[in-house]
Amino acid sequence: MSERRVRLKVRRQDGLDLPKSKRWEEFVVDWQPQMNVISVLMEIRKNPVTASGAKTTPVVWESVCLEEVCGSCTMIVNGKVRQACTAMVDALAPNGETITLEPMTKFPLVRDLVVDRSRMFESLQRVKAWIQLDGSHELGPGPRQSQENQEEAYPLSRCMTCGCCLEACPQINDRSDFIGAAAINQVRLFNLHPSGKMHAGERLDAIMGDGGIEDCGKAQNCAAVCPKEIPLVDSIADVGRQATKRMLFGWLLK
Amino acid sequence: MATQSMTRSASGEVRRVIVVGGGLAGLMTVIKLCEAGVPVDLFSLVPVKRSHSVCAQGGINASVNTKGEGDSPQVHLEETVYGGDFLANQPPVKGMADAAPGIVFMLDRMGVPFNRTSEGLLDFRRFGGTLFHRTAFAGATTGQQLLYALDEQVRRYESIGVEDERGIHIPGEKMVRKREWWDFLGIVRDDTSGRCVGIVAQDLKTMEIRSFAGDAVALATGGCGIVFGRSTNSVINTGTASSAVYQQGACYANGEFIQVHPTAIPGADKLRLISESVRGEGGRIWVPKDPKERRKGKDVPEDARDYFLEAKYPGYGNLVPRDIASRELFLKCFHEKRGIFNTRSAKNENEVYLDVTHLPEEMLRKKLAGVLEIYEKFIGDDPYHNPMKVFPAVHYSMGGLWVDFERAANGSLVNGSARNQATNIEGLYACGECEYQFHGANRLGANSLLSCIYGGMECGPAMVTYRKGMARSSYDVPKRTFELAEKRERDAYERILEMDGDENPYRLHEELAQTMLIHCTIERHNPVLDTVLAKVEEIDDRSKRVGVTDTATGRMNQGAQFVRHLKNMIVLARVIAQGARNRDESRGAHFKPEIPNRDDANWLRTTLAFHRPGERDAAVEYVRGFDYAIAGKSIHITDAVDISLVKPRVRKYETAGAASTNATEGHTP
Repeated sequence: MSERRVRLKVRRQDGLDLPKSKRWEEFVVDWQPQMNVISVLMEIRKNPVTASGAKTTPVVWESVCLEEVCGSCTMIVNGKVRQACTAMVDALAPNGETITLEPMTKFPLVRDLVVDRSRMFESLQRVKAWIQLDGSHELGPGPRQSQENQEEAYPLSRCMTCGCCLEACPQINDRSDFIGAAAINQVRLFNLHPSGKMHAGERLDAIMGDGGIEDCGKAQNCAAVCPKEIPLVDSIADVGRQATKRMLFGWLLK
Repeated sequence: MATQSMTRSASGEVRRVIVVGGGLAGLMTVIKLCEAGVPVDLFSLVPVKRSHSVCAQGGINASVNTKGEGDSPQVHLEETVYGGDFLANQPPVKGMADAAPGIVFMLDRMGVPFNRTSEGLLDFRRFGGTLFHRTAFAGATTGQQLLYALDEQVRRYESIGVEDERGIHIPGEKMVRKREWWDFLGIVRDDTSGRCVGIVAQDLKTMEIRSFAGDAVALATGGCGIVFGRSTNSVINTGTASSAVYQQGACYANGEFIQVHPTAIPGADKLRLISESVRGEGGRIWVPKDPKERRKGKDVPEDARDYFLEAKYPGYGNLVPRDIASRELFLKCFHEKRGIFNTRSAKNENEVYLDVTHLPEEMLRKKLAGVLEIYEKFIGDDPYHNPMKVFPAVHYSMGGLWVDFERAANGSLVNGSARNQATNIEGLYACGECEYQFHGANRLGANSLLSCIYGGMECGPAMVTYRKGMARSSYDVPKRTFELAEKRERDAYERILEMDGDENPYRLHEELAQTMLIHCTIERHNPVLDTVLAKVEEIDDRSKRVGVTDTATGRMNQGAQFVRHLKNMIVLARVIAQGARNRDESRGAHFKPEIPNRDDANWLRTTLAFHRPGERDAAVEYVRGFDYAIAGKSIHITDAVDISLVKPRVRKYETAGAASTNATEGHTP
């Protein structure tokens, strides 16, 4: 048992400003039960030496909850964007195959596997992904909602801002400023809420201009890679219909 | 002295306050400050949406009594205090229980997708330590949903401008300025008054160290589970911030009370929580009657199963509080060797069954999918049709930074008192898991989300009051004070980068964690605790010979950052272990098999710890009382527990309703 090894190949780069430091490094660690990719990285930092025996620095990566609810540890594992915490070694490499890790490519690199996803949080601000609360003081219960409404909203609200959908989207590239599926899904979520509805128009306006919903190329990659299986394609279609309605009839409301 | 402006310092800077930590407690504090018109600098180790609050699964307690069971905040208070084995000061608990329905309604208004009844009302489920349906929930990812709701409100304030006293916008200033990916290093104290006037923090993307002024500072930096290594906690929960301010003179209270959650699943990187809500919805704990049972869990017939919690505690069954459930699981597995038999290893593993296979799948999918999905993804087995295998894991710290409260005549808190949530360092506040106040010796499930939000609701207004009473804004403290604090932290960081010893910090942490986990959790023995303390000293010594794994400057350096966190964890480990050694009784999560009973005569008191750095070694000094200053007054604090609302009695979860006999006069739902 103890002879079983895990092989990892990691794309490393010291910083965005240091393109020459871009390199692959390979590591071998002892296998343990219930290992995921993160636990392999944790083993490496206890003895940061490459497979060929060269001393190196521990790999830099981002992780927090390790149970796929915080959205931190998104990276490209064996060519597929996903959360590293649920990337189980036994499933990825049942026969000791090498597992490759790379940082996401659609966000500015910070170091090694860490990228800066600030643009996603800025998008949430742009689409006003919140309820316009009167205040946090006691104002009694919120509006009643049907179970049906809750069951539609809850899956949408599980978005972790992890970035998988942006990474997989062909419309997110250097030549486009498409906002991406995550923020559009939030528009649907808040426009669904009885109080959120009151400001639905403002959210729609925010995604009707440049880089907005019309830039979606309908590749549907977003829904395919979403770790929480959020119906992102439905969300884009739903918000698209809302936006069209507003475009056609919005002037009547003014 | 001329009346000073509340919006600008004498030198013209906009006067802000600082909140460190972007989980529920920190965000709620920010919201309350913003509503009072006070601009905030919010620091967070990670983007706030990734804070550990996100991990809470089961729900949040509030006695809304929608099921006609006769629940009330009074019952909630009594059960919380009883579950905590009477170690919590009762006025803050009353304040929390009274505020809970309003808090859940507020979250509802913020858009949290709570599960609904057929009438469209909030649904509530059962949780540990109570017979009432008191827990509001959003599937089994309630913490995530609550965190997002508060995050959204704070994001709104990021887009709202600051106004001066005359209502004129100050150009370029927003109500909230977020600094994410900043590590808290320490507070800045005014040389003359000793007040906390700001913080020093490090930008983790560039490793730049900077000081920031703030009229007041709140820490909402969470628990310290990583001291025990693999736990249900997020990897960021090292307790580094609490430890840092403790070393700067803040009192740390009840550190020895560490909650072990009975139901978690193993992993090489962490132990993942399987929420108590699984039992709240009807999940059952059992082991096979035959210790050598070879059949798979689902194939073991009913009469061959031992539902040991239900048998021993008929009153509360699978929903006994966590301290009791964890001890019973430990007893079954470690002492009786009756954990699930593994045919491959031919031994009894430290695992018991947590079974939901008898429950309707549709209900499970609506109410528990989030947590059952964790089991599916990480274990690779189907919990809907096969009983889950679980074991206890370190989960929560009841102890934390000592904070004050001002008691009102009705037994609750004086709203907006500058003393609420105040640490013993004037100007430094704390709320959330990093402080000790609400849960006594054992926290009830679904009370943590509540205590975080309630703590924030008290913390914000307390800081507003404190700020109004300040004679001099922190922004008018000489710049030299900040420069010196900054230099102190820079020098400390430089020293870390120069460390080239032979100890790997991650391995050293593993050693520390192993010792703490094995010897300082469910069962504690004095002679063993002595060896733990010796081990902590040994690790402390060896930590001085660490070789930093990464010497990169000017860019993200997690290796050097971890060395700092490790040093701070060692300090907390000492506080926890020494506190456990001292407390010669058993109470809540603190259990000494040789002294199995609670001893109110000698130990119904708060453990108050102060850091005393010596020539060579640091030591903990435990005191019976101290004086601290706030708003121009000196206040004397003792370790006596305020038990003015519910008289202590022995816990008896064998009997239904025993936890709420006063408030319900014996009626149970």
